[in-house]
Amino acid sequence: MNILNILQYGFIQRAIISGIFVALLCSVLGLFLVLRRLSLIGDGLSHISFGGVALGLFLGIFPIYIAIPIAILGALAILAITEQMKVYGDAAIGIISSAGIAGGIILASISHGFNIDLLSYLFGNILAITNLEMYLSIGLSLLVIIIISFFYYDLFSITFNEEHARVTGINVKIINMMLVVLTAITVVLSIRVVGIMLISAFIVLPSVTALQLSRGFRITVIISAIISVIAVIIGIFTSFLLNIPTGAMIVVINLIFLLLAFGYRKVVAK
Amino acid sequence: MKSVISVSGIRFRYSTVDVLKDVSFDLEVGDYVGLAGYNGSGKTTLIKVILGLLKPYTGNISIMGLPLEKFNLWDKIGYMPQNTSLLNPGFPARVEEIVSLGLLSQKRFPKIITDKDRRAVAEVLHRLNIEELKNLLIGNLSGGQQQKVFLARALVTKPELLILDEPGNALDPSTREQFFSILEELNKKHGTAIIFITHDIGQIGKYANKIMYLEHTVVFYGSFEEFCKSEEMSRQFGVSTQHIICHQHD
Repeated sequence: MNILNILQYGFIQRAIISGIFVALLCSVLGLFLVLRRLSLIGDGLSHISFGGVALGLFLGIFPIYIAIPIAILGALAILAITEQMKVYGDAAIGIISSAGIAGGIILASISHGFNIDLLSYLFGNILAITNLEMYLSIGLSLLVIIIISFFYYDLFSITFNEEHARVTGINVKIINMMLVVLTAITVVLSIRVVGIMLISAFIVLPSVTALQLSRGFRITVIISAIISVIAVIIGIFTSFLLNIPTGAMIVVINLIFLLLAFGYRKVVAK
Repeated sequence: MKSVISVSGIRFRYSTVDVLKDVSFDLEVGDYVGLAGYNGSGKTTLIKVILGLLKPYTGNISIMGLPLEKFNLWDKIGYMPQNTSLLNPGFPARVEEIVSLGLLSQKRFPKIITDKDRRAVAEVLHRLNIEELKNLLIGNLSGGQQQKVFLARALVTKPELLILDEPGNALDPSTREQFFSILEELNKKHGTAIIFITHDIGQIGKYANKIMYLEHTVVFYGSFEEFCKSEEMSRQFGVSTQHIICHQHD
């Protein structure tokens, strides 16, 4: 079978379109998060999304509709705990993360009926994405990418030095809040692509790969986005051909890219 | 003289420890002030309070005639923070990109760096004689080169007030000389008011026209000559140490 023949399938088309948009989103936001040492926020928010998905399934409402506001509340709670309780971000992420997982497990346990559905969210299933989910991914991804491009320099400045950013009149508190809210939306959109368990890799790996090749901030953002999109496309094709779960395959491709970039930096660019 | 910074009755505490107690002073146009004091005397805290990075629990601050709460002329202030050592060496930004961040204080939403801005960045890099660093990654530079880049970022908007936290620390003697001669030119030719933190009081005598000695409150504020004659400072340092401090740059 010609490899391109698989593009005629509607589910492959939906997977590729949704995957590209979510990949762009994760990679661009991921660079700001990695450089601010907030890589684990993706993990934390995916765990709180698990609680949101479980609540959606429990109430019989489309889980993504519940997971988005729950993840946003979780993101704001992480910021509030960091500021009010005077603890480091990783501790705040740990608190919210465990609350999300605990809530999800309790809901799954008392409902007895949706464990199989919940597993599909845990491990992702990009090939089963519906038209509604695809349109939701495109719409929200475009919205988040537009917001990031409007605030690109503010995000860049805060990422480099928060104190200096404040002295240039940037409202750091609002921009930080915006960053975690956009991350929450991104995490929920990524659930169907790679699953709750692997979202963190989707956010972190393309950025770390791009950092191995970096020659400037803007070019690193662009490289991260390109790597992420290519990994999604190759991951979807290979997983379909080899009958391997797509989310895991995308992460493996990203890992291969990271090793290649690291090798390039060590050997060629030395 | 017109006040660039006016501080009155500032008190600030971390937890239960008073770091600043009743600090009051005026910085005027053309002032070039070295801020000294022992470790933990409140120098960096004072700078951060003036810039609104920390909130005092009493007192008033006005900058260029505006109360700090209403101050929005951030492009008129150039700030160079301490601790270039905290910089992530893997941060993927080029020098040109870092310096252009200084221009954000002039921008309104949506913030865009234009060709005119790139020319302003090139001009300040040329002025500091570091054009050749333009495309290098910030993490690949030496501490001294990084300090020059951060000075360029502070100067790119042609500010009227320059606030520098321990600017000479990472510099070798000849680069330090060059660095302070740039500041002197800005102060003398353009009237830029400058306040810089240092542990080297002799450095203040050599470059600045005023010294402020802080010990949670302002113990001394005046010219270096007055400082050298001050009996209070003789008691503070001892006569022989004061003599050494005052004559080390002769």
